[in-house]
Amino acid sequence: MSEGGVAWTVYDADKMTQREIYGAVLSELGDRHPEIVGLSADLAKSTKIGVFGDKFPDRFFNVGIAEQNLFGMAAGLAKAGLVPFVSTFSAFASMRACEFLRTDICYQNLNCKIIATHGGTSFGQAGSTHHSTEDISIVRAFANLTVIVPADAIETANAVRACMDVDGPVYIRIGRGFEPRVYESEDYGFEIGKAVEMCPGTDITVIGTGVSVYHAVEAAKLLKEDDGLSVRVINLHTIKPIDEEIILKAVEDTRRIVTFEDHNVIGGLGTAVADVIAASGKGCAFEKVGLPDVYSIIGYPEDIQNYYGIDCDGIMAKVREVMGRDFEADEDWEDEV
Amino acid sequence: MAITDQEIAELKEVARKNRIDTIDVTGWAGGAHIGGALSMMDILTILYWKYLKIDPSNPDWPERDRFVLSKGHGGVGHAVVLANKGYYDPAILRDFNKTGSAFGMHLDGNKVAGVDVSTGSMGHGLPMSVGLALGARCKGEDWLTYVMLGDGECDEGSCWEAAMAAAHYKTGNLIGFVDRNHMMIDGPTESVMSLEPFADKWRAFGWETREIDGHDYTQLATAIEFAQGYTDGPVMIVANTVKGKGVSYMENDPAWHYGGLSAELIRQAKSDLGEG
Repeated sequence: MSEGGVAWTVYDADKMTQREIYGAVLSELGDRHPEIVGLSADLAKSTKIGVFGDKFPDRFFNVGIAEQNLFGMAAGLAKAGLVPFVSTFSAFASMRACEFLRTDICYQNLNCKIIATHGGTSFGQAGSTHHSTEDISIVRAFANLTVIVPADAIETANAVRACMDVDGPVYIRIGRGFEPRVYESEDYGFEIGKAVEMCPGTDITVIGTGVSVYHAVEAAKLLKEDDGLSVRVINLHTIKPIDEEIILKAVEDTRRIVTFEDHNVIGGLGTAVADVIAASGKGCAFEKVGLPDVYSIIGYPEDIQNYYGIDCDGIMAKVREVMGRDFEADEDWEDEV
Repeated sequence: MAITDQEIAELKEVARKNRIDTIDVTGWAGGAHIGGALSMMDILTILYWKYLKIDPSNPDWPERDRFVLSKGHGGVGHAVVLANKGYYDPAILRDFNKTGSAFGMHLDGNKVAGVDVSTGSMGHGLPMSVGLALGARCKGEDWLTYVMLGDGECDEGSCWEAAMAAAHYKTGNLIGFVDRNHMMIDGPTESVMSLEPFADKWRAFGWETREIDGHDYTQLATAIEFAQGYTDGPVMIVANTVKGKGVSYMENDPAWHYGGLSAELIRQAKSDLGEG
């Protein structure tokens, strides 16, 4: 990776949220990349891009509460040869500023990085105006855009560094910052577009993204202990371009796949995975779990995740359900394609 | 005197040819946003033939001034201006609007040489222009950003978000125009959604504002040269124009926001513009 040298210890990841690590990494990058500029819309403190702004006041623009102008200005800055990092809540990045992200940045294929914080229901108590359970669905339909949903703070650091190597727009969706740590260190071979197998398994594959990865890993451990199940867990951190190979290998190896995401079940991770499976012509038992096309209840994120079955308990229950299903492996598998 | 009588005469002739060519392209295209292309043509002509620091043989020259057609539907007129400046062979405009052409109604900067920013949806050009102006400042470069808005476009809230930001960040390297032709698709701007007191709105938003006749080259030259020399903040030139300027049956008729031209209408338009 060309952006090495920013090392985060376990201590840091324990003490720092996704947003704080994002702000710190961006400030580090700013030293080496004078072309980086930062923008926010009255959420410099909340999104932690303010750390960059404090260090580089001449390269930081707070546009006030004006998200359309936020993305339009970023496009202009990119057109002038700079590399804008734009931070706001993901609900506003994907919906309030939707057309500016799509038309100004993605259509023109500009080298602009969007760090969308408070993704999913991570701002649970704020209510549906501030929940962002549609953003993956919306932005993955934008041509030219790379879409990344890091699992934890360490992966956020990796994603923020790696996005500098992409010559085009990148959307990185992170949480509010209270997501549990998944990785021990950053040295696990993060690569945009390449999903990570978190644990091996042969009975069933659980695919998660973002905060769901932590719950999936925990569920796999318990299912091994309690049920003797061999659950493969995949962290599909890049929604687009999607890692088709790892999905199709899971279809072939385990023939049962369940996806979990802090997002509406329509259009997000599960839909992206289903597209790959359907197009392959290979059948498998498949379920996608997320918010069932509703506006979320209000509450603490962990309670919301429990309510919609996207936490450890929910994943365990759904895996048991799918394992109990009568799904016969087809002996003529190779003939199906 | 900012501009000589001879220059004015030459620019008027260039604008006349640009208008005639715009009529031709509209004919080939099967229809175009002709009314607004004609209303802004004198402003585009004086910019491209007198004031913009550009090199058509090197469209990506880093030090060039940037021009943003925020009223992107005026693309048919802008395409003619770029062709006649030498960015590309005017003959390729015969494919305008055709399947597979680089040229559609709203110009794509990734396909058309000389188009600094892709536009088309209303209310995007000014935010992007503020970004360009701040980008030049960040990089310590002295090129200017010129942006042309439509008056109806100024109904969009994003224009005013950007107007606030430009004034806040004191973008003295940003020069705006509004092609104030008083018409939008559904009728006169003051009937559809009142803009007046329009120039005062820009003043209230912190822009140094001039209101001129957008077809008067002396007034245009004076306003543009003032704006170039004014570095304390953004300047807005509200240019009163006539929609469909130069073509008798189009002038001030909102029906000519977009339209196709029969052979007879083309002949009449060219006759009005002093040809044939």
